Amino acid sequence: MNAYAQSAPRAERPWGRRLRGWVPALVVLGLGLAAWEWLLPALGDERYLLPPLSDVLQAFWDDRSELLEAGWITFKEALGGFVLGCSLAFVLALVLARWRPFGNALMPYMIAANAVPIVAFAPITNAWFGTLSPWSKIVIAAVLCFFPVLVNTLRGLTSVRPESIELMRSYAVPQRVVFRRVRIPNSLPFVFSALKIASVLAMIGAVVGDYFGGSTDALGVKVVSAVSVAQYETAWAAILVASMLGIAFYGAVAFAERLALSWHPSTRAGNE
Amino acid sequence: MSTSEAVVSARSISKTFGKGGVNALQDIDLEVGQGEFISLIGPSGCGKSTLLRVIGDLVEPSSGEILVNGKSAHRARLDRDYGIVFQAAVLYDWRTVAKNIALPLELMGYDRATRAGRVRELLHLMELDGFEKHYPWQLSGGMQQRVSIARALSFSPALLLMDEPFGALDEMTRERLNVELLRIWAELGSTVIFVTHSISEAVYLSTRVVVMSPRPGRITSVVPIDLPQPRTFETREDPRFFELVTQVREALHAGGAEL
Repeated sequence: MNAYAQSAPRAERPWGRRLRGWVPALVVLGLGLAAWEWLLPALGDERYLLPPLSDVLQAFWDDRSELLEAGWITFKEALGGFVLGCSLAFVLALVLARWRPFGNALMPYMIAANAVPIVAFAPITNAWFGTLSPWSKIVIAAVLCFFPVLVNTLRGLTSVRPESIELMRSYAVPQRVVFRRVRIPNSLPFVFSALKIASVLAMIGAVVGDYFGGSTDALGVKVVSAVSVAQYETAWAAILVASMLGIAFYGAVAFAERLALSWHPSTRAGNE
Repeated sequence: MSTSEAVVSARSISKTFGKGGVNALQDIDLEVGQGEFISLIGPSGCGKSTLLRVIGDLVEPSSGEILVNGKSAHRARLDRDYGIVFQAAVLYDWRTVAKNIALPLELMGYDRATRAGRVRELLHLMELDGFEKHYPWQLSGGMQQRVSIARALSFSPALLLMDEPFGALDEMTRERLNVELLRIWAELGSTVIFVTHSISEAVYLSTRVVVMSPRPGRITSVVPIDLPQPRTFETREDPRFFELVTQVREALHAGGAEL
């Protein structure tokens, strides 16, 4: 058992050393915020370009309940789109991997669709579902999530070494078992990469969907209306909220990835 | 030996890949008896791996008849009559060593207690004690291949198909695993069909060496290996060992192999 103890997969690094690894990044953050607060105003008093950080934070504090409420509404749109788009994409990827002729027929279009600027459809989904309905935003977020998850999942399901499949054939198990035991676990690193991308895209989709009109208490609508009345501080505060939500969303998916892929060499500690 | 006792019985097996394509195998006749250790040797493209896969019903022959344990190769695969080991260990990265070894047992519906007991035996047999909770990436290539052999043995198949299992390993590891494989073979009394590139490995391990040549893939000669059992590290220094190595090498040359 000694050998096991020595090469345990999650050998924890001491906290001190781990914190020290963060120091450069924190210094950059501090410098960036300081430049925002003091350097930009010193260069000129162009409030509409970028108001000082303290003004943005003040605007956030003044409108905090309204902004957080709006953030929650938009986040729910993003989350709904994420769940809808990713699950449909995953199921379709399973179907395309199981019946390859389908996959071969559809894949070129899926890859092409992946390159289409889908946010361009936002005004259309408003027309489909009604400007005020959250569904117009959920659908745009879902469509944005759909293609990267589909393409990556399919790649993960099919990039299995042939011997892995031959081994399963030697056990004479049905396709269902091959998927459950080999193809799906093999696809998970690919799926999680796509889910991380999708979490970002879902927030973009929901906010941009709001820009084209939506219930007045959604975050994107807040940005647009604040800018239209020259309340740039409030607009930036709303953008800040959107950024924080986006980062939190991404972080949650990345955390789920670490849990689900604890077996994966990339998650082992101290491998840099 | 009579056909009824033969573990593998191939009658004029041919395999062509694609329309009018490569003749991977042509007119292969091969009888493998219970408890034999057969090596298939030959240069790349001689069809030795294809022949192994025909026996395992992983590749369908274009013509000819193949019986495994007296039934069709297809039936034998469905009955899980053989275990297979590839050149790459083909372990599932998301499973620990113990769970990789237990996989066939899981698929075949053995209960947890039986699986755990069997895994413990195999870890011991393959000298992997203490590594059951490791993931494959934490093991050396030689250890990964030992896990893969343990997995093939887990459900005690009477026939073991091995496709260059030690081909990717360094010479030292390979020789050690050769000794281990012979020990297991003697202990379990199973039949082994072993594909290799290495003449000395084939001679050291086998009861018979089947020499193949490419374009079209065919059997050019069969060399019986009369070295005494059990074989040890000293066997490799036996003058008879060198004679047999020379005999197999000459058979390969006669078959047109460029070595």
